[in-house]
Amino acid sequence: MLGQLVVSGLAAGSLYGIMALGLILIYKTTHILNFGQGDMVMFATFIAYLLLTLFRWPFPAAVLGAMVAGALLGALVDRGVMRWARNAPVTSLFIATLGVGMILQAVAGWIWGYDTKPFPYALRGRPLFLGDVVLRQHDLLVLVVTVLISLVLFLLFKFTKVGVAMRATSQNRRAAQLMGINVGRIGTLSWALGLGIGALAGCLVAPIVYLDLTSMILVMIKAIAAAVLGGFTSLPGAVVGGLLLGVIENLFGGYMPSAIAPLKTTFVFVLIIVVLVLRPHGLLGERTAGGHG
Amino acid sequence: MLACEGVNAFYGPIHALKDVTFAVERGTIVAVLGANGAGKTTLMNTISGLVRPRSGAIHLDGRRIDRLAPERIVRLGVTQVPEGRQLFPDLTVAENLRMGAYLRRGAAVRQDLAAVLERFPALKDRTRQLAGTLSGGEQQMLAIGRALMARPRLLLLDEPSLGLSPILVRQLFRTLGELGREGISMVLAEQNAYLSLEVAQMGIVLETGRVALQGPSPELRQTDRVRQLYLGVRSGDVSPQGGGAPGGKGT
Ligand SMILES: Nc1ncnc2c1ncn2[C@@H]1O[C@H](COP(=O)(O)OP(=O)(O)OP(=O)(O)O)[C@@H](O)[C@H]1O
Ligand SMILES: [Mg+2]
Repeated sequence: MLGQLVVSGLAAGSLYGIMALGLILIYKTTHILNFGQGDMVMFATFIAYLLLTLFRWPFPAAVLGAMVAGALLGALVDRGVMRWARNAPVTSLFIATLGVGMILQAVAGWIWGYDTKPFPYALRGRPLFLGDVVLRQHDLLVLVVTVLISLVLFLLFKFTKVGVAMRATSQNRRAAQLMGINVGRIGTLSWALGLGIGALAGCLVAPIVYLDLTSMILVMIKAIAAAVLGGFTSLPGAVVGGLLLGVIENLFGGYMPSAIAPLKTTFVFVLIIVVLVLRPHGLLGERTAGGHG
Repeated sequence: MLACEGVNAFYGPIHALKDVTFAVERGTIVAVLGANGAGKTTLMNTISGLVRPRSGAIHLDGRRIDRLAPERIVRLGVTQVPEGRQLFPDLTVAENLRMGAYLRRGAAVRQDLAAVLERFPALKDRTRQLAGTLSGGEQQMLAIGRALMARPRLLLLDEPSLGLSPILVRQLFRTLGELGREGISMVLAEQNAYLSLEVAQMGIVLETGRVALQGPSPELRQTDRVRQLYLGVRSGDVSPQGGGAPGGKGT
């Protein structure tokens, strides 16, 4: 029972984690919290749906297509909206992201309608049995994808020039400009990366929650919670936060008496508030860089 | 190599640079002296393209640069060591240096990295240390090393001696002298007038955004204004009024 709850929790938590990665990639370099992330991910996932149903693309191709669409959408939002509002106060920028999200909801509703669509699993084979733990193939896929994405991002930020430049821009934008880094382009790249990964997460979540205009919202709220838990500026923190969230949520649901078990999501949020009171920078967050020169 | 002609810069209603005109000859160091708020940083940032002048022109080797994006100006060979170091605190020393060479590629970058570590041996054992954990002196070396990684032809230094101990300040100026002899032209903003006029061939004095005086360093050092305001000579030691301003515009 315990093993099963943990494994299923890790699978669910991985999804929160990947979702959170997309959000934080954008936040770190641009310092914009994208309140429209859920809607943008929803839109990109609908692109996958379109490719799957109308064009009959194979699943991996459709996911790749959605990731490209997500990346283009991210770049477009940055170039078309955020750049023009660059000197506006942060609250206005947040509202702008929310506005873009609402526009996308309206457009998606107009194109694809308001009813809930089934979204296929990538892998539908027989589940795997590890002792008495049952692992669905989709769960395994989600775990593998999480590991791969984490690895790719680690290599990107540690060993490529553009990855290091993204970190540099996030730490000191003005100094980055003085190094000859085109910070505008770095911002666009971050938006593209954040929504490309968001689209991937969307395609992995959609089989579970189904696809409609609002089905990404609860997942996104949990992704934000995972990000907060991880300190909000730490990519590994987001993944760890997501995994923790998924496992705790599952354990609560599994072990609590049936009267309060359905409150598992509520419990998770209470727990997050407690964590933030005790550790304001999250579990893996950096303290503010006040001491640095 | 650099020529500013009638440059005016504003922050909203604040007129931060007023008709600033001066030139940097190839291979020379020009000291920019001025009190807090005189406009030194604004001048640096205007040359670097972070601040756009409202009027006037800046030419680099005859090419107009005052409408170019900061990265284009870096590409043309102008690099700034900003006030307060402005390192990337959570990048390692090596990563900070590599960012200095962001626009360059190839084996030359690796050679230059080795050369910078040779020049600043204190950084050599610390290439994997986070820049934010370096001492003040090491941070200043890194800031200069990072700028050198761009192979600048013109180096802009904004108060590099700020916050350093007297020994480190002297060491810093020795390094700047070496760099000058290696052929790098410099604009050096400083409040330490004594040492900067020692190392620089020319100097300009900024007062509330205006060039109050300019001329060769030895002559500048003799003027009353510089002696009183920047060299710590009290007014009783020299005649308080009078005193020509060689090549200067006066106020
Ligand atoms: N971002 C800004 N917004 C508004 N005013 C500014 C800004 N930056 C500088 N100023 C003003 O412009 C004037 C020149 O400032 P600047 O920073 O260039 O002076 P400085 O000579 O570098 O001073 P310090 O020696 O203290 O570094 C000052 O009056 C300052 O208040
Ligand atoms: Mg200054």
